[in-house]
Parts: sequence; structure tokens; C-alpha cells
Amino acid sequence: MRLEYFQMLDRFVEVKADERWIRSESKAPMESPVFEGHFPGYPLMPGVLLIENMAQTCGWLVSAITGFTGLPVLAGVKEAKVRGAVFPGMELSTEGKIVHEGSGFAIADGKIKSGTTAIADARLTYRIIPYPSPEFQNTMVTWAKQLDFPLEEFRKVDGQS
Amino acid sequence: MSTTFDKVADIIAETCDIPRDTITPESHAIDDLKIDSLDFLDIAFAIDKAFGIKLPLEQWTQQINDGQATTDQYFVLKNLCARIDELIAAKNSA
Repeated sequence: MRLEYFQMLDRFVEVKADERWIRSESKAPMESPVFEGHFPGYPLMPGVLLIENMAQTCGWLVSAITGFTGLPVLAGVKEAKVRGAVFPGMELSTEGKIVHEGSGFAIADGKIKSGTTAIADARLTYRIIPYPSPEFQNTMVTWAKQLDFPLEEFRKVDGQS
Repeated sequence: MSTTFDKVADIIAETCDIPRDTITPESHAIDDLKIDSLDFLDIAFAIDKAFGIKLPLEQWTQQINDGQATTDQYFVLKNLCARIDELIAAKNSA
């Protein structure tokens, strides 16, 4: 996790492609410029970054069901609840599940836990647009592999080439 | 038994906080009810769920952008409901 770069996820660790469900893991850094300001002497993960963590977990999932031809753009956050505090060094487990695959949009539920403690949850809406360039698409596919994103699982389930 | 229009109007009223009695079959979702594209995603989600269909929004948008269709054909509510009925019929005959 590199908060100042909005790199919120460390790796994907579990997937059920046919159920449109995935789980990522991440660890809050011990130090970050974000923590220097939020708050001086009391580093605490901003709640909006927890929403971003869920949005990224679910966003990779949404792109995967399009065979990485569609770029998910966060369009709505509903029922967002921040239930627990995240301090430096805490390990997070984030689940994402697509609850609706619409035409040009998708709805997903995100949920973060640390151990058995509920940290945050939200319902997220994405518009799905074409990737703006093949280069950017390739960048994201490469990044997905670096995050151990299970591309093959989705290719098998959805018959993608 | 409620009609397709009744269900759609209820969805719009609830989703967009529009008084139900101002929504008529002649209402244009965009021009009259001032529903924007983001709010329409919520409506599409609710319609998809309520009727067990998938509104082909991408196809409709493409047709409108290409000049092959007008917004009236898909976003005047009586026309939207006719499209929904067609999608339900297609699903049931599949």
C-alpha cells in the first residue's frame, strides 16, 4: 500500500470468478506523508482511502468480467460505513462482489475486515467505458499481473480469449 | 396487478425523489423529469432487478449518438415501458 500514490492494494489472494467475488489483501504502511497530516502525532487512515481500497478491489473485478476491455469508472458510493479505525501496520482483507452487471455499468459491494473486525463497507456504482488507449489497457493488465490478479480464472469462466 | 408503467413510475419516484403524481406516461425522463445519466443508472439497476431483464443502455446510447434513434424513443416513459415489455416477452420466449 502506497497511500500517496493511491496504490491501495498489495495483492489478490482469493477469487470465485463464477460468483463474481474476489478478495484482496493490503497492509497499511508504517509511514506515509498522508499520516503526517492525518493526524500529526496520531496517524489514522482516512476513511475516504478505505472507500478507495474497496473501489479498487471491486474495480479490478469489474474490468475482469469485461475481459479487460472495459475501464470501470467510479460513479457512485452508497451506504458507505466506516466501522473501525485503521492504524499504521494493520493488515486489511477486502472483499468485492458484483451484485449487478448492467449495460455499460456495474454495481458492486465492498467490505473490509482486519482479522475478524469489520472496518468498512459500501455499495459502489461503476460506469464501464472503453480503455482510452491500447497502451493504457496493457499497462493495467500488466499491473493486474503484478497484483496476482487471477486473469485466467475469469477467462475460463467467461470464455474470454 | 400493477402495470409496467406503474412499476417504472414508482421506481423513478423513489430513486430520484420525484413526486409520483408528476410522473406520467408522456413524461420524458431527461427533458421533463430532469433525470441525469448517473441517476438513470440507479433507475436502470432497479428496472433490471424488478423485471429480470437488462436494459440495453449502451445500444440505445449508440443509436442516439449515431442519429438512428431519438431520445424520445427510449426515454419518454410510455416508450420506455414498451421497450421493457418487449424485453420481458423476449426473455419469456427464450
